[in-house]
Amino acid sequence: MKKMILPVALGAAFAATSLSAATAGTLEDVQERGTLRCAVSTGLAGFSYTDENGKWQGFDVDYCRAVAAAVLGDADAVEFSPTTGKTRFTALASGEVDILSRNTTWTYSRDADLKFTFLGVSYYDGQGFMVKKSLGVTSAKELDGATVCIQTGTTTELNLSDYFTAEGMSYEPLSIETNTEGRANYLADACDVYTTDASGLAASRATFENAADHIILPEIISKEPLGPLVRHGDDQWADIGRWVLNAMKIAEEKGITAANADEMAATSKDPEVKRLLGASGEMGAAIGLNNDFALVAIKAVGNYGESFERHLGTQTKVNLARGLNAVWTEGGLQYAPPFR
Amino acid sequence: MSETNFAFVATSDKPQLPAPKGTTGAIGWVRENLFSSPMNTFLTLLSLFVVYSTVPGLVNWAFVNSVWNANSLDECRALTENGACWGVVRERYHQFLFGFYPSELYWRPILAFALLFVALVPALWDGMPKRGLALMGSMTFPFVAFWLIWGGFGLEPVSSTQLGGLLLTMIIGVSGISFSLPIGIVLALSRSSNLPIVKSLAVIFIEFIRGVPLITLLFVAHVLLNYFLPKGVNFDIVLRVVIMVTLFASAYMAEVIRGGLAALPKGQYEAADALGLGYWQSMRLIILPQALKISIPGIVNTFIGLFKDTTLVLIIGLMDPLGLVAPTLADQRWNGIVVELYAFIAFMFFIFCFAMSRYSMYLERKLHTGHR
Ligand SMILES: N[C@@H](CCC(=O)N[C@@H](CS)C(=O)NCC(=O)O)C(=O)O
Repeated sequence: MKKMILPVALGAAFAATSLSAATAGTLEDVQERGTLRCAVSTGLAGFSYTDENGKWQGFDVDYCRAVAAAVLGDADAVEFSPTTGKTRFTALASGEVDILSRNTTWTYSRDADLKFTFLGVSYYDGQGFMVKKSLGVTSAKELDGATVCIQTGTTTELNLSDYFTAEGMSYEPLSIETNTEGRANYLADACDVYTTDASGLAASRATFENAADHIILPEIISKEPLGPLVRHGDDQWADIGRWVLNAMKIAEEKGITAANADEMAATSKDPEVKRLLGASGEMGAAIGLNNDFALVAIKAVGNYGESFERHLGTQTKVNLARGLNAVWTEGGLQYAPPFR
Repeated sequence: MSETNFAFVATSDKPQLPAPKGTTGAIGWVRENLFSSPMNTFLTLLSLFVVYSTVPGLVNWAFVNSVWNANSLDECRALTENGACWGVVRERYHQFLFGFYPSELYWRPILAFALLFVALVPALWDGMPKRGLALMGSMTFPFVAFWLIWGGFGLEPVSSTQLGGLLLTMIIGVSGISFSLPIGIVLALSRSSNLPIVKSLAVIFIEFIRGVPLITLLFVAHVLLNYFLPKGVNFDIVLRVVIMVTLFASAYMAEVIRGGLAALPKGQYEAADALGLGYWQSMRLIILPQALKISIPGIVNTFIGLFKDTTLVLIIGLMDPLGLVAPTLADQRWNGIVVELYAFIAFMFFIFCFAMSRYSMYLERKLHTGHR
């Protein structure tokens, strides 16, 4: 983290002193431009990828589309910027993008030092280790002296050194920029261990030819609450992002899906559903949007659970169970504040 | 006396004997070129072994056992054990060529590409009739291409985020190449100039740019510039990158050309002075034509290097062919397909780089007029 803070803070200082302090008025900027600029990762199975038509898809991407639908009424009015672990914060801080949705962990220093506002947790994750079965290792405690592939500019880098120090073990880091690079190095035996968010490991493992030859070790060494974020200083814009995410979660709780959203808006008796879908009250106006902003977003990408199942769920190759990411009524941690 | 017959003086040539067997024909060639010494014999056998152990496997993989008609890696693996899965290339080659450019507008970059060759003709063909006029026409190419690719003025606009693939490589590479040569010449002349201010400015610029990695300049283009521009001014990212790449290549170009200038014998400069030519005249008529000719291999080297360096833009999130690999790989249908993608990209780059180096060899031969 230390490495990152200096350039970003320097950048923030420039931004503050120069004319270009593009903080306030992001909503107006986006509406004027007619497109939302959203930073995603350079490619991580399930989270962001391109399909055969060159369209971005994925769990992180869906969120960008939901915001674009809510703000502009068009889920396709998004310009995606692929970013690496290192470039993502500078891209956001410099105003190159409006919002960052790239499996980014919410931490104190990113919030306070880098001056970003996190909009909630879209995925509860934790850092894990993947090794080849042939290594004969069954626990992270046996990794003393291992070479570890690790993405620079991430929390993973810091957790790793914390963990190995605490366990009194040593390791040899092999720094990489992107997940694709990590995957290639790991498969080429340039490192014994690949460590990153467990979701990322599952996603990478899903891409291996012989997935069964690799195991993800049981230890999860950190908390990695991943979520979207925006720059400090534009509370309205942060509220918009936060409530689009919350709306997707509430929709799942209430059983609103992309398919039945219109019908629910018209017929539901539940006052919260009616407020959420703009059938009653003036809820959207408070954040500068149409009252049916959540309806449009949900129609575009579905509710939280739909997006999850479509890209990450057990029906997909990534094959992640809901686990901590189930709604709270089903034993998970996804708990959106009430929409009133 | 006159009748004396000196039989030992031949009156006509003896018929030539054929060269000893084994020094001519196929065998001779093989002997001379492949087995002329123990070392050569060893190297020949080694090479044969390498060819034997790689080529059949490669051909099998790439052609014999390969699969074109599969819509996912699983489907492909079911059809072939050890063949290439070109299905991904079939499905996405247009992305690797054009990025996310709208497919109904592909004709625009294609037309721009065709016009590039039209514009190149006057520059490459020195015997062309009305060359001066044609060159002026070529000068308008950058503007026409810009208009065709980005649209506006009656054409549907296309945003920079939709540019990608080889199209992006070409945009950056071609602009970098064509702008860096003139800038490089000016810099090289400035650096060898007698005017202290001009000279030191050139030295500072060149040394600064050469002292900084290209990736740093790209980062500057990507993020830092945004901090300084006034709010609302949207300075296109591709344009920023083109400028940085051009500056970078110009500094190297300047040094290559300075090498050419330095290689000219002093007599050439003095001869130009003796003829009473002014600075610009002597440069244009005597010094530069020779210096540039000497520098051709270096210049083309810089071109090719620049063309390949364009792949660095993937670090700042531009979708050049290499940048497209990651999001393609992340598609669940093509999870894990790596070699095929890189092989295809390597093939595309090879075509362009090889063409450039061939052209440079042709140019060298053509200009090899006399001395040395
Ligand atoms: N959550 C961590 C790590 C995020 C991260 O970089 N994850 C990797 C693997 S899960 C990734 O997204 N790679 C995609 C890419 O390389 O673009 C952080 O915020 O620092």
